[in-house]
Amino acid sequence: MSEVNHTPFLEVKDLRIIYKTDLETVYAVNGISFKLEKGQTLGLVGETGAGKTTTALSLLRLLPERTGKVVDGTITIEGQDLATMDDEALRQMRGGQIAMIFQDPMTSLNPVMTVADQIGESIMIHNPEFNKEQILGRVKEVLNLVGIAENRASDYPHQFSGGMKQRVVIAMALACNPHLIIADEPTTALDVTIQAQVISMMRNLRDTLGTAMIMITHDLGIVAQTCDNVAIMYAGELIEVGTAEDIFCAEKHHPYTVGLFGSIPNLNVKVDRLSPIPGLMPDPTNLPEGCPFAPRCNKCMPICEKQKPGVYQDGEHQIRCHLFTGAAKGGQ
Amino acid sequence: MAELKTAAPLMEARNLTKIFNVSRGMLHAVDGVDFKIYPGQTLGVVGESGCGKSTLGNTILRLTEPTSGEMYFEGKEYSKVGKREMREMRKDMQMIFQDPYSSIDPRMCVADIIAEYMIINRTYKTKREIYAQVEKLMDTVGLAKRLAEAYPHELDGGRRQRIGVARALSLNPKFIVCDEPVSALDVSIQAQILNLLMDLQDEYKLTYMFITHNLSVVKQISSDIMVMYLGKCVERATSDELFANPRHPYTKALLSAIPVPDISMRNKEIHLIQGEVTSPINPKPGCRFAARCPMARPECSQESPPLREVSPNHFVACHLEE
Repeated sequence: MSEVNHTPFLEVKDLRIIYKTDLETVYAVNGISFKLEKGQTLGLVGETGAGKTTTALSLLRLLPERTGKVVDGTITIEGQDLATMDDEALRQMRGGQIAMIFQDPMTSLNPVMTVADQIGESIMIHNPEFNKEQILGRVKEVLNLVGIAENRASDYPHQFSGGMKQRVVIAMALACNPHLIIADEPTTALDVTIQAQVISMMRNLRDTLGTAMIMITHDLGIVAQTCDNVAIMYAGELIEVGTAEDIFCAEKHHPYTVGLFGSIPNLNVKVDRLSPIPGLMPDPTNLPEGCPFAPRCNKCMPICEKQKPGVYQDGEHQIRCHLFTGAAKGGQ
Repeated sequence: MAELKTAAPLMEARNLTKIFNVSRGMLHAVDGVDFKIYPGQTLGVVGESGCGKSTLGNTILRLTEPTSGEMYFEGKEYSKVGKREMREMRKDMQMIFQDPYSSIDPRMCVADIIAEYMIINRTYKTKREIYAQVEKLMDTVGLAKRLAEAYPHELDGGRRQRIGVARALSLNPKFIVCDEPVSALDVSIQAQILNLLMDLQDEYKLTYMFITHNLSVVKQISSDIMVMYLGKCVERATSDELFANPRHPYTKALLSAIPVPDISMRNKEIHLIQGEVTSPINPKPGCRFAARCPMARPECSQESPPLREVSPNHFVACHLEE
């Protein structure tokens, strides 16, 4: 707010999302804030049910209409408030300014449309002045970008392998030169060698086209290879945010982050036992009163169970934990 | 039955082949694979989807019948024994399945699922003995007693996989095939299950065949590793040797493709291999990897390279190793 001359490309402030049904209310996202600049990649890391995908969907206002509700907070994209956009503006934005790559390429393609028609669809919608040749020209251009031969444009999805399908999905996302790509676990369904191909391709595309990217993943390896900034999400909260250097190299970490790193088998050192995080993620319909990680935390203090931790800040590195904030030091 | 000599392999396969006859031709899922697993050891089987690793696991338990080849369990050839005898042998060879969501019956409660194998095999005379054993098993795998009456849908993936583990243990097997037991689970839960499997191995002297596509998991748990590509074993060595000194171009590519959670490795050179796994249906003669191999030579697409011992206990199937 104090920065008069600079608005970040994407700013999410204190976002809260619930899923409300007759039976229960799921607190999916609980007050998260982050910023993203042009050309940067943000890694959104967390386990199943942490609220990563909900956050991504809310950026496109794709939450299920009946149940999903943004109860608080703002999302500003290129200075525009998302909540105030009408349907027409939203349609322009989805696939135009912001594109999404979904997790499973096997199910996110239409099996009865050729690949060219599917990629062409968004080009046609966003560029009504294009004629057929121009659309096909653009389709071939993006297929080239992702490394698929032009002559496969008229093939159907089932004629492609998993890795190729994911390239098609990426081509669809790139078709209208989006400013932001949200990739929701883009490589989880792929084999390692294909994953390496897709990731190196996405990295090249980002560097050449200058697109901002949000990479949603649970794989810290992928984050290390691709992201500038990292946000670690747990039970709907961002418990640690920072640059990749902060997360991978700094000394102070949230106990959950430490646990995540401890859970990955290390290729360089063979240990007798891994050090997993005990227990499970709290039930999102019934979150603990204090820190959401307190029940599983090995450094839990009495204050953690009662009071939500504040933010410890060191440069861009933010940790939401009583261990580092002044409150705890006074109380200890 | 525990007076096994350490020198004799518990499980051995020779030239094991499984060919499926599909409408488009002959699908070579497992093609002439040899291996030995010694008691108390773990053989890790790695490869990408479609390389035949799950078929291999199913075949050695004879859940699918092998096309040809020999299989020995405790020195006994069992690839052709009758159904009844096989059922008897299977008490010693169990399986933990990949997907804890689909491999257990949603309409049975936890205790019944774990008891089922013991009821079928009449391990104990009375129900009470069986359910006492169920309770012990639940304790072994870390399932709380109060969950005995719960149904699978009430449990998360990690707990369901613990049911799968308890069920596999219920007949006191010597050998367990673990087919991607952790790939459907979150990282923090994955580590819990891996620890459990390693603890059980120490405690009950179990022998595992551990099938996975996750190389860091396989390194953690295996004593030996076999790398498969399109039905063929391309490299086999001890775990340490394979990671320290990979010889086959495919193994090298596979190892360098793992994203390492360390930003200093960000600009490391990746041996990116081009293309994708070709079809295992009616494979062309020659090395199966030749089409994607960066170092392929003319002879690679003509003759299939045999598995050769390049250093003690390190086997590679590649023409470059001649």
